[in-house]
Parts: sequence; structure tokens; C-alpha cells
Amino acid sequence: MMGQLLASQFFYNWRRNLSAIAGSAIILVCVLIVLFGPLVSPQNPYDLTQLNLLDSYKPPAWIEGGDPRYLLGTDGQGRDVLSSILYGTRVSALIGIAAMLMACTIGTTLGLLAGFYGGRLDAFIMRVADIQLSFPSMLIALFLMSAFGTGIDKVLIALTLVGWVVYARTVRGSTLGEIQKEYVQAARVAGLRDAKIIRRHVLPNVLTPLIVIATVQVGTFILIEASLSFLGVGVPITQPSLGLLIKNGFDVLFSGLWWTSVFPGLMIMAMVFGINLFGDFLRDELNPRLK
Amino acid sequence: MDHQSATAPLLDVRDLRTWFHTFSGTVKAVDGVSFTLAPGEVMGLVGESGGGKSVVGFSLLGLIDPPGRIEGGEILLDGEDIARASEERLRRIRGREIAMIFQDPMTSLNPVKTVGAQMDEMLRLHTDLDEGARKARCVAMLESVGISRAAERLRAYPHQFSGGMRQRVVIAIALLASPRLIVADEPTTALDVTIQSQILKLMRKRIAETGAAMILVTHDLAVVSEMVDKIVVLYCGRVVETGPAREVIANPSHPYTRGLVDSIPNPKHRKPRLAQIPGAVPDIRNLPSGCSFRPRCPRAQARCAEVSPALAPTRGTLSAACHFPILEEVAAAMATTGGERA
Amino acid sequence: MLAYAIKRLVQMAIVLWAVSVIVFLMMSFTGDPVFMVIPIDSTDAEIEQARRILGLDRSMPEQYWLFLQNLVQGDFGRSYVFRQPAMDLILERLPATLEIVIVAMLIAAFVAIPLGVYAGANPGKPLSRLIMSGSLVGISLPGFWVGMMLIFLFAVEWRLLPSSGRGDTVEVLGIETSLLTWDGWTHVILPSVTLSLGTLAIILRITRAGMMEVMRQDYIKFARAKGASRKDVLYGHGLRNALIPVVTIFGLQIGDLIAFATITETIFAWPGMGKLLVDSIYRADRPVIVVYLMLVALIFVVINLVVDLVYTAIDPRITVK
Repeated sequence: MMGQLLASQFFYNWRRNLSAIAGSAIILVCVLIVLFGPLVSPQNPYDLTQLNLLDSYKPPAWIEGGDPRYLLGTDGQGRDVLSSILYGTRVSALIGIAAMLMACTIGTTLGLLAGFYGGRLDAFIMRVADIQLSFPSMLIALFLMSAFGTGIDKVLIALTLVGWVVYARTVRGSTLGEIQKEYVQAARVAGLRDAKIIRRHVLPNVLTPLIVIATVQVGTFILIEASLSFLGVGVPITQPSLGLLIKNGFDVLFSGLWWTSVFPGLMIMAMVFGINLFGDFLRDELNPRLK
Repeated sequence: MDHQSATAPLLDVRDLRTWFHTFSGTVKAVDGVSFTLAPGEVMGLVGESGGGKSVVGFSLLGLIDPPGRIEGGEILLDGEDIARASEERLRRIRGREIAMIFQDPMTSLNPVKTVGAQMDEMLRLHTDLDEGARKARCVAMLESVGISRAAERLRAYPHQFSGGMRQRVVIAIALLASPRLIVADEPTTALDVTIQSQILKLMRKRIAETGAAMILVTHDLAVVSEMVDKIVVLYCGRVVETGPAREVIANPSHPYTRGLVDSIPNPKHRKPRLAQIPGAVPDIRNLPSGCSFRPRCPRAQARCAEVSPALAPTRGTLSAACHFPILEEVAAAMATTGGERA
Repeated sequence: MLAYAIKRLVQMAIVLWAVSVIVFLMMSFTGDPVFMVIPIDSTDAEIEQARRILGLDRSMPEQYWLFLQNLVQGDFGRSYVFRQPAMDLILERLPATLEIVIVAMLIAAFVAIPLGVYAGANPGKPLSRLIMSGSLVGISLPGFWVGMMLIFLFAVEWRLLPSSGRGDTVEVLGIETSLLTWDGWTHVILPSVTLSLGTLAIILRITRAGMMEVMRQDYIKFARAKGASRKDVLYGHGLRNALIPVVTIFGLQIGDLIAFATITETIFAWPGMGKLLVDSIYRADRPVIVVYLMLVALIFVVINLVVDLVYTAIDPRITVK
């Protein structure tokens, strides 16, 4: 009942909010690209047999010298930029989402433990969080990647290590509030196992603020991953994300071959902008206090 | 109290209408309010919260922000209509001609500026005095509102003062540029009861000394009874009764004023319990037909639902907006202001 | 006050110590640096000898103890690549990085605060909405990509500004700076603008939120009732009250700016310590990375202290304790 009511109010506000609709639309398009990108892509940019070096550095189709087969032009290997973007968006978005899920899971777990048990565990986790928070995420990620070496798995680990802190802090705070409440005290007195109390009574009540954090973090992660890949310490060249596409385009930018870097950049911007628009809406909806 | 109609009015408010256009409808917070104020006169603007009293006060200074707007009427200050004055002109009026004292001294002073800086700002804006003269004036003014070691206190921040002291500072700031009219919006409501009377005494004394006129906005008739010459009672954005203070309090002709008077606690006449006006102020976006007070009024009849009553002389010096005003002087048994009626 | 100072110093020392542990551990897992310092055709005996010289033959705690001792003594080791003290390398490049960071901060502050004040004081106006949408685009942009676009437009297409490198420098008080020459400024402007964008957007949003909160306060209305001009009300009364969160974020943003300077410097071939860090990461030049991280950690703890002190200057209600 309550959920339905909230959902309908939520939906009502969503319909009246132009930027929320725009954000959702962008996110939807990105999800479609992630799911079906390879199916609609004109070319498989990883399949060397489909590439033709004679078609290298074709400008976008609407510019003189453009080729209608390559809507957004081609790169130095004759790779279709549009196809690269469709594949690259997939890599970027999946890294962002997967890293967010990992960071959220680990951060929430640690936050619950710290808040529920307190004591040394709490002190230790929060100390680590404090120190980590005094450094910019980008720098920590860069440093971790320099130690790990390139690879999607390593990017995921680095982003997780960077991102867990916000969840741990938030969850710990709300857990502390939650365990003061009578029903949790009662459950404890009744001899319910800790794991059960946490899962049944604490966890559901501390999740709401995480929704906004998680949403916006996907965008942040996409940007950090792009930066890492741009610096050459992110994804490997065999699985280029949008950031790596931009890096490859950077090398030829000075020759005026702008399309290999402009379009992937626009794609990142659109994706993260959509996520942030939607995140702003969520923040207003879920924290009415901040309106 | 003999200057009421003899002199040309300092302030002549005619049919003032200040409305707020919100998503859920137009709030006619002030809807056709008229009154005049002679130089040096002290007027009480009385009503329950939500009655539009503060909005009248802010309208006088042109401090109505969107979605609010002065929709119509005139505010004549010495004959000049300031309801339509430019922002430029209004800035010169604020502080210099009309000063304002706010309700809550804890929030009306800027927490990050010294008291001295906030006083000095008033003089910088409205006088040509040099720095030394301004400082001397600030010190003198602080002393005159009963703050000792004034020169030293100028360097203090508001949080270093108590609530009563801060309201003294606010009063000092209001008086600094020698305004001719002071609008005091519930100046003692936020203070402790013991401090309230001190502050009221101070205001009465200082304002009498400077010769400024004052509009005292309050929900508390007991407050005005001690210090005003005349009273304007507002209900739902309209004037329901007006007249000399003593008469309005001793013997009101509008049932609403009657209700307000009856709810004043009076130590001299130990009544078993305090009378209260039944019901609550209606939603101002959705006023009842006819007289707004009708649903709460003990004297209401069929006509009250049909025709909105206009302000008209009722008895003696009183005027009220009521179809069935209290014409007999029934107040004697419940007199509130002193011995002569008991 | 003395107790406060001691407390803060102890806190700073603890953070720096923790960073040294983390840095050391990370470094220990990043492969054997011995191959960085010896010729490819070295014999096993030579490798062993190099190991001993570097202290790599000892146990981890011993190595850490050695590492810490050296740190405390100010000996940060020599760069494997440049064969110079790593600290000297970093310090040589620090002024160049600080130049673009400081200019970026100034750009961010002077653009973001007035826009944020306007948007906060006039919520709902079309221009405010535009400013807010713009700021959201600002935080959604990959900074390095913006830098590239600026290079493409200003250097490649329009040929108005140089695309990379640092301009002419002059020495002032022993520090080489390019901020006092025209050529220097033409080189500084693009990297600084690139670097400032993210911070600009964030400061703008924080300023707006603070102003919206402050403008509701009674003292704002009281200031207006005094006859103060709109500018005085917004900047004299409003902004200072809205500034506390702005200062906090600004402090944190300096850290982000230094971090993002690594990318900006890479794009613009700006000879700062960020570019040195990225180069050192490519070459596994461990001592340089260590010095960079320790120096940045030191800068951060100092910034945190300064931010706390600035609070007390802005808000008389806050006292150090």
C-alpha cells in the first residue's frame, strides 16, 4: 500500500519534472545501447576482418569526403567511430554500474557492521574512511591502477576501493540511528540472531539514502574510468572504453581529425549528464528536507 | 493623543491590497486595508496570526517578494505614493523615513557582522557623517537603549548578547537614522515575559523622545493597550474595527475584537477561565462568503453570509465592519484596562 | 589554543604516517624495482648486490622501518630514471603545477561565486535555471576531453593560443613563474580553464544552495529594511553567511585540482609534478611516486588545517577547540 502510494506520488512528480524526464530518457537510451548496441552497430570494431585501412580517417558522413557507410567517420584503422562508440559505451557503462554495485555492497556491509557492533571495528573502518576521504578519488584510483596495471578487472577493483567509503559512512550513520529504535532493541532482547536483525530490520531502513549516492556514483565512476583510460592506466586497448577512444583520438587531434575524439566525449557527457539530471531529481524526491 | 485628526497625516494607507500568487491559489493576505497615522502617533495593528498584519508592515517598506505583490491601493507618505515608488526611492525611504523592528532578535541581526558594523551601516546609508561622528552616534544610541559599556560592545557579535539585549540593539538600529515612522513587528513576542515589558517601556520612552510615529504589529492586545493611541484590528486581510485604543479595548463594537479583548488575561478581574474565540482563522485562499468572521461569530445571522460588511461608524469614535455591531456598552463587567470602568 | 595546535599537529602526523604505510605497502606489490636500476644484461650476482644496496633483501617490516627512517630524515631516494634526488625533481616542478592550480581556483571562485549568488538569490528565474543546467553539464564533462576541445579550437583551428608547454618564466624570490610574462599567460590560460571547470560547477552549486538558505533568514530582510542596496544585501550580508560550506568544498577542491592537474598537465604537456607523476607511473619510477604522494598528503593535511582556521575568520560563532 505504502509502496504504491509512494510510487504514484513519485511518478506524478516525475511526470511534471522536465529534467527528470530528460535524464530518464538519456539513461534509457544508454541502457538500450548497453543491451543491444552490438546488434545495431554497423560494424564490429573488434573484428579486424571487417576493417579496411583504405577507409581510415574518413570524416563524418555530412562533411565533404565523408562516406555514408560511416556516419560519424572512421579512425586510423578504418574503424567506424559510431560502432566504436556503441561498443565503448557498453564498456564504460558496465564498468560504472558493476563498480558501483561492488562498492555499494562492500561499503554497505562494512557500514552495517561498524554501526551495529561499534567498538574497535567501527573505529578502524571509520579511520580508514576518514583518511581515504581526505584524498581525491581520482588520485587514489590513479595510484591503485599504477600498482595494478591495466585491465577491466583492475579498474573495477580500483573503483570499488575508491567508492565504498561513502556508503560505509552513510550506512553507519543511519544504522546508529536505527539500532536505537525500540523494535531493534526488542528484537535483540528477544534473542534474534544479529544477522537476522541486520537483514530484516536494519538494512531495509538504511537503503533509501543510498539510492541517490549510487545513481550519481555511476556517473562519477564513468568519468574516473575515462580519465584512467585516457592516461593509459585503465582498460586495455583490446576493449576500448569511451575514455580510451578519446585518448586514441587525441593523438590525431592536432592534424585536425577531430571526430575520433569529439563524438566519444559527447557520448560520455550525455551519459553522465543524464545520470546527474536523474540523480538531482531523486535527491529532491527522497530527501524532501533539502528542497 | 490630541493630534489625531488635527494634523495632516504622516501616513495615509488607502485600500491597500497585497496578494500572494501561489500554486494553490491567490492568497489575499491584505485585501483593502485603509488607515491614517498622524506624526508621532502610535498605532496598534492587531489580529491573530495569519491575519495579514505583518504583510501590511512589509508592504509599507516595499519588502514584498514574489510571489507576493502589491495589487492595488495607495500608501501615501507625506502625500507621496510609495506603493508605486521605484526600488531606488524605496531604499532611501527604508531606514531613513520608515524603519522596521523585527519579531525575533535572535535572527534579525547578521551573525557574522559586529553590532557596530550593523549599526554603522544604517548611518552610512542615510547620513553624511564621517566615521568618528558615526561611531559617537552609535555609542550614544546604544547607551540610550540601556546597553552599558557601549563603545566596547560595538565590537561584539550578536551571539555574545542575550535575546533582550539584541532586541535593544535592533531598536537602536531602527532609531539611528531618526525615522519618522517605525514599524515594529511583534517586537516582544520572542522574548521572555520579564524582558517583554522592559523592551516595551524602552520603546515607548525612546519613541516618545524622538517624536517618531509607530505602528505596533501584534497579536497581543495586552501589549498594545499599554502604549498605543489607536488600534486597527485586522481579520483575514481586512480591517474589522478601528478606533481610539481605550475605547476599542474597553468597549469594542465588533464581535471579533470583543473575542480578542475577552481572551486577555486580567489579574484584576479573576475570571474562572479565559474566554476564547471558537474555531480557527479560515484558510485565506478559501474564505467563507460574506463576512469572513461569520463562522466563528456568536452574532452571525443570515445576512452575514450574503453581504460582506463595510467599515462604518458604529458607536462613539469606533468604526467596525459588522452588520450587527455591539452597540450597548456591555463591557463594563469585563473591563480590562483599569479602574474607571469597573 | 596551544592544546588545539598540538592536537592538530598530532592528527596531521598520524595521517601522514598512515599514508606512508599505505604507500609503502602499495609500492611493495608493484613489482621488483631492482630491474629499473640495473642494466638488462646484469648477472645474478650483480642483481643480488643491487638488491642489497636498495635494501630489498630484508624483511618487509625492516624495509618499512628503513623507508620511514629515510622519510623522516628527508631522504626520499633517487629517481631511477633521472638519477637525481626524487624530492628535487618534484620541487622543481611544483611551482608549475601550483600556477595552473591557483589560476584555476581563481577562475572558479570569480566565476562560480557571483553566478551562484545570482542563482541562489533569484531561484526560478530563467537565467538561474540556465546557470544550474550549465553547472550540471560542467560536472558531467570529462575534464581531459574539454582540454582537448580547447586545444583543438584555440590552438589548432583558430591559432589564438599555444597548444602546449609552459611559456617564458621569470624568477621571483627564487621561484620560477610564468604568471608575470605575457607569453606565460598565453600558455597558462587553457590548462587553467580546463582544470577549473569541475571545481567551478561544484562551487557554483554549493554557493547557490547556501545563498538560497541564507536569503530566507530574517537578517537579510532586516538589512533590506535598513535600505541597503541589493548588492550590499547579497554580498555584504548574504554571501559571508553562505560561505562556510563554500570554503570547505573549496579546500577539498584544491586536492581535486592537484589530482586532476595530472591529467591536465598530460594533455597540455605542462611541465608540472602531475605530468612527472604520470611519466613516473609509466616508468615505475618508485621514489618519485612516493615523494609525490607524501607531498600531496602533506599539502592536504595543511589545507584541512587552513580551512578550519578560515572558518573562525568567517564566522565569529566558531572557535577553535
